Amino acid sequence: MKTKNVMIVGVGGQGSLLASKLLGHLLCEEGYDVKVSEVHGMSQRGGSVVTYVRWGDRVDSPIIDWGEADFVVSFEKLEAARWVSCLREGGRIVVNDRETDPMPVITGAAQYPHEVLDHLAAKGVLIDRMDALALAEQAGSVKAVNLVLMGRLSKYFPEISMDKWMAAIEACVKPKFVDMNKKAFALGRGE
Amino acid sequence: MKKKLLLGNEAVARGLFEAGVKLVSSYPGTPSTEITETIAEYPEVYCEWAPNEKVALETAFGASLAGARAACAMKHVGLNVAADPLYTLSYTGVNGGLVLCVADDPGMHSSQNEQDSRHHAIASKVPMLEPSDAAESRAFAMRAFELSEQFDTPVILRMCTRIAHSQSLVACEDRVEVPNKPYVKNPQKYIMSPANAIKRHPFVEERTRKLADFAETTDLNTVEMGGTGMGIICSGTCYRYVKEVFGDSVSVLKLGLVNPLPVKKILDFAAAVDRLVVIEELDPVIETHVKGLGLKVEGKSLFPMEGEFSQNLIRKVFGLPLPEVVVNDDAIPVRPPVMCAGCPHRGLFYTLAKHKVTVIGDIGCYTLGSAQPLNAVDSVLCMGASVSGIHGFNKIGGKDTSGKTVAVIGDSTFMHSGMTGLVNVSYNASDSTVIILDNSITGMTGHQQNPSTGYNIHGDPAAKVDLEAFCRAIGIDRVRVVDPYDLAACDKAITEELAFEGPSVIISRRPCALLKTVKPKPALVVDRDKCRACKKCMKLGCPAIHMEDGKACVDATLCVGCGVCKQLCAFGAIGE
Repeated sequence: MKTKNVMIVGVGGQGSLLASKLLGHLLCEEGYDVKVSEVHGMSQRGGSVVTYVRWGDRVDSPIIDWGEADFVVSFEKLEAARWVSCLREGGRIVVNDRETDPMPVITGAAQYPHEVLDHLAAKGVLIDRMDALALAEQAGSVKAVNLVLMGRLSKYFPEISMDKWMAAIEACVKPKFVDMNKKAFALGRGE
Repeated sequence: MKKKLLLGNEAVARGLFEAGVKLVSSYPGTPSTEITETIAEYPEVYCEWAPNEKVALETAFGASLAGARAACAMKHVGLNVAADPLYTLSYTGVNGGLVLCVADDPGMHSSQNEQDSRHHAIASKVPMLEPSDAAESRAFAMRAFELSEQFDTPVILRMCTRIAHSQSLVACEDRVEVPNKPYVKNPQKYIMSPANAIKRHPFVEERTRKLADFAETTDLNTVEMGGTGMGIICSGTCYRYVKEVFGDSVSVLKLGLVNPLPVKKILDFAAAVDRLVVIEELDPVIETHVKGLGLKVEGKSLFPMEGEFSQNLIRKVFGLPLPEVVVNDDAIPVRPPVMCAGCPHRGLFYTLAKHKVTVIGDIGCYTLGSAQPLNAVDSVLCMGASVSGIHGFNKIGGKDTSGKTVAVIGDSTFMHSGMTGLVNVSYNASDSTVIILDNSITGMTGHQQNPSTGYNIHGDPAAKVDLEAFCRAIGIDRVRVVDPYDLAACDKAITEELAFEGPSVIISRRPCALLKTVKPKPALVVDRDKCRACKKCMKLGCPAIHMEDGKACVDATLCVGCGVCKQLCAFGAIGE
């Protein structure tokens, strides 16, 4: 099997670590060779963060390079655009259609490119836009954006059953948050 | 046993644990911190945060001397701090096995330089292992103890960010308890006076020769033949990039033991291929060795000295097809890390920026005080250099600088190596103002306890260094504490201490806003009718404040109600 590549990108503190933990656990259970790579440290301080998840028969490199990602799953519009060059031909962006201003925009040194996703779509980039924050709130917590996005991503992997995803959520999330996260996942998946 | 996904660092910890390590002493440093945090979860192992890497390695030395397997973990620059004991530990050798886990940071994801730890291994004549994934991280940690005891030497396990912070599959096994070796007094081995050290040095050279022989035959160094066209010599993460690009279509000599390097193995490998290439991040260490054997080899003529490598870099260098990519036509603003909403450092840095003082900075979250819009830091060198640096700065600048220069250093960094600098400030009568930013935690590396927090690595109560008493005890009479959330108090303290002639210390004390014990206050709200859009609040660089429809707006999901912006607003527009 050809190695699958998913990038999870966002702003430090948005919960991408849980998303990658969930994916890693699930793919491990499925019997794949898996690598999950993240950068810690400065990333906790509101900076741009990226996590690479790779799986297949044998995975060597821990990173996803430009032109290699099947999916870029983004917690935020600007971050989706930042990493677009990592998408392979025919790859897809799954994005929470929300804006979080970076400091240069806050200080007025730069402008937020509000139309950036429209411009990428016009170039033929496949973009699955969703208001994951609204769905997360509907599920019971603004912090569940990660599970909403994972739910949407799961639609693109029909070979992995809903039961497997649910089991992975149970294994990765604190018991008292399992139901809320399952709900967020289902809302993201559109069920 | 079923394989688990583990971070490289967690796998190192697992390997140390399974090999029967009894003591681990470390100072946190990205990307090495999780090694020690993981070990701390095993009740069989004594584990601690030490004030710095030198103390950590010397503690591990003591445990080794007492006969137990011991280890420490640090980032690459931490090894500079621990270099003093390391270079002589090479002479004494060990009793129980002794392993130093050192994490390099190619690409400088969270470091101040990009130094290559292999130079320390070569210079100290200590063997170094380098794993290429988590499974090898575990296995090599275990092998490191075997080599340490077999060759009577400390052993360095070299990690890098991509191995340390990547998860891959690891098969774990049970811990094997290793009985302590008896401690036997042996002055010739353990007292490195000149007379004894002179006799020990030939032992070190002989050990290196034996290790070089070992490098020829060990399964840590492996050859994977894939034709006679190109042969690539590599180690660590570069091996993974090479396999990603070439699979089995080229021949590879993978070095797991990166010091000392084999000779015959490399000569044989070179003889079996038409083109020989070394692919290594950072410095040409392997390449220099290979050239020294008289071989024709390519390395840094093709690859950069700087930054991390990747599969596409290798494809590009060898002229292989590269993927088509989409590029943005829009300018994409950078998203640098920032001080968090409610960060106690913000109010203090705002005051320093307002006073336009020169700030000799240090290593920690507060390095972010250098970013726009605060732009309040003038230099950042290494752990502790703020306190020592301001002393030299003011000795030269005299009254021209002493009234408008401060040093800033965090509580953990002060414990690490700021204390000795402050002793110098006091002892050599410095007209300097030192600000200790006491946020009651080691922040940047992700909340580790330190000797000034009152808790140990397990979160249990511990002796707490009294910073005020310490400063007074070393001879600094002017010591005052301010709350950095109180801008007027910050202003007064900085004005008065800069005016004072002689050494003085301001302790800016307020726990990190991210600590679980710190309960956020309700978010502040902007009264849009009162806001005049003067943007004074924006000067704080708080990620929770932005302009919306021409007026300031506080993001309720980020704001923790610290109230610093409220104090700045001249129109009373920010309220609860």
